[in-house]
Amino acid sequence: MKWLKSAFTLVVSGTSLLWSGLVHAVEIEYWQYTYASRVEAVDKLIQNFEAANPDITVKHTHFPYADYRKKVAIAVSAGDGPDVVQLYYGWLNDYRDGGLIQPLSSSAFPHANIEKDFFPMVGTMKVNGEYWGLPTAVRSLALFWNKDMFSEAGLSGPPETLDEFVDYAKKLTKTDANGNYLSVGFAVDTDGQDHHWWREVLIRLYGGAPYSDDGKTVTYTSEAGAQALKFLTDFETTHKVGSNGFMNRGQDAFAAGKAGMVLDGSFRISKFVKQEGLNFAISELPGHNGKRYNFSSYWVNGITSKAADEKKEAAEKFLQYLTSDEAMQLWLDTVGELPAKPAVALVDANKDHPLYGPFIRGLSYANATAFVSEKPQRQSLIDAYDMVVLQGVDPASALAKVAKSEQEVFNEFFE
Amino acid sequence: MTNFWSKLSIKQKLAITAWFFLAVPLVFYVTIRFYPTFEAFYVSTLKWNLLGVKKAIGLKNYVKIFADEDFWLVLWNTTKYALVGVPISMIIAFVIAYWLNEIKFGHNLIRAMYFIPFLTTAVAMAWVWRWFYQPLPIGYFNILLSWIGIPQQPFLKSVTQGLYSIMAPAVWAGLGFQIVIFIAGIRAIPRSYFEAAEIDGAGRWQILREITLPAMKPTIIFLTVISTIGFLRIFDQVYTMTADSAGGPLNSTKPLVLMIYEFAFDEFKIGRASALTVILFLILLMVSLMQLWLMRKHK
Repeated sequence: MKWLKSAFTLVVSGTSLLWSGLVHAVEIEYWQYTYASRVEAVDKLIQNFEAANPDITVKHTHFPYADYRKKVAIAVSAGDGPDVVQLYYGWLNDYRDGGLIQPLSSSAFPHANIEKDFFPMVGTMKVNGEYWGLPTAVRSLALFWNKDMFSEAGLSGPPETLDEFVDYAKKLTKTDANGNYLSVGFAVDTDGQDHHWWREVLIRLYGGAPYSDDGKTVTYTSEAGAQALKFLTDFETTHKVGSNGFMNRGQDAFAAGKAGMVLDGSFRISKFVKQEGLNFAISELPGHNGKRYNFSSYWVNGITSKAADEKKEAAEKFLQYLTSDEAMQLWLDTVGELPAKPAVALVDANKDHPLYGPFIRGLSYANATAFVSEKPQRQSLIDAYDMVVLQGVDPASALAKVAKSEQEVFNEFFE
Repeated sequence: MTNFWSKLSIKQKLAITAWFFLAVPLVFYVTIRFYPTFEAFYVSTLKWNLLGVKKAIGLKNYVKIFADEDFWLVLWNTTKYALVGVPISMIIAFVIAYWLNEIKFGHNLIRAMYFIPFLTTAVAMAWVWRWFYQPLPIGYFNILLSWIGIPQQPFLKSVTQGLYSIMAPAVWAGLGFQIVIFIAGIRAIPRSYFEAAEIDGAGRWQILREITLPAMKPTIIFLTVISTIGFLRIFDQVYTMTADSAGGPLNSTKPLVLMIYEFAFDEFKIGRASALTVILFLILLMVSLMQLWLMRKHK
């Protein structure tokens, strides 16, 4: 039995030797939600980062989107979970109030540099004089149009104005003898991106604003808001060029070649590119009266309240790398989301890219909504649209009704 | 210890062993079922977003719920699911069970076919139905309608048809279970009753009304309560079949459980969600108590 004892001693001392080697390396944890290309991009970034910083290892964990918020909230409040975490910019207030994330130190992330390097919409990340997170990539909207359907309808290029947009949608629509759609000119989809289009683009094109400047009051009950809603509902009720949720979702109708046009983000490119037989192009959102607007949104990376001392230092280093020019270009090439710094985004190769170009050009005139809580705010437009289309309510009264409940969400948050 | 054990009688030893085995599921139930249930009562008096501090606000959550007109709409929707869904599913299930009991050839096969939907994942099934309900050119139901010259229907996209369109797959999925229980109920009636009735010259309708139905009262009450609770708790179908899982259009299909889910996991109003859960609990409790009362009267 003596050999067993010595073998045991050997194993124990060997493991502890190994341990002492590992203890010097700092391990930090990174969390995001599961989305194949995002996971792939982060894996690549971690590989590069670890090669440059051999004393830091990054553990990458991801969950299905449906559980993501819950798990982050529960893990971090229990003192567990990630050191660096990805969150939607619209959740910032929840995370900050909940004490889940800590402000970025101004030594590692000087404010002047952030304000100089990043697109202005990143300003929504500055609360109480501190930045709480920084994005690798940003998103904007653009118009996807089916080239084959356009040439069949005798149209040579994308619509540039709202009026052209309506006109083209009519020309692209096909119905059977009973008036049922065979294909729609414009795939209206209030559950998709159309609520952003209405809120940040259409209302502004008609001269209004969705919310007050301090973000505490609903202001879309103006005439511009009603005009913008009417513009959207008219596709279904007056022009009869599409119905909300035709073929389940706008993106599905477009992918199936049954929609002439659809609005979506750059993250949808990879889906449409894979679709065999779909011949499409992308252009900037149509303008009105010589003006253009766009909606932008982004995911940021923040440092959780759990990270301290050497872990915090490592987390800062990793976050610096995640928001570096190199990471942004890699993110664009892998995920298809746009670099968050003009210096990276607005190089000619990106700006003139046939697929990403329109999105990147759109960034320069984009606004990010300062959401209090995205879901009920999105529901406002969905409900207003349904009131007009399904119940025949006039747009102004429909908006008055949903604005009331949205204002309650605001009041409850700011009280 | 050994001394203590050897002093016990066999009966006592058996009891201790039994309790030992029962303790495992008991602990399990107490910790993961009863404890959270009681916790819900406490949380329902808090303002809490799952992350921040818990703030005691008394019954304010309840006041806000009762002042919310959406709550009353949702409560009415939930009632409709039960009030319409239960009788329809029970009548269909009984008719099928009654005739299925009469046939011998293919009995097992047909019964299995009715039972399969009960075993299928609700979400998978609801997705298939969601596609059935699509407008032309892809929706199966609308294609059928257009063949027989009826204009296409909005189904899920309508404030009036939406709720019933979602109820249909729920009824369909529950049929198998109800049919099996009904058949068991019918078979439990002593054959001699039927033979005596036939000798006395009773017709099929008379036998059904005077013997089968009264003898099946316990079965009917049991199924009514089980399916009422089932319909009051409807969630999967609505979550899967409505756009954005929102119980739309315009909340016309939203049941209580979905509202609880939204409060808890979309808006992180855990206190409000718990208060709503307590309300649902009280409703279900009343339904169950009513069953106990009815059953006792029967005996």
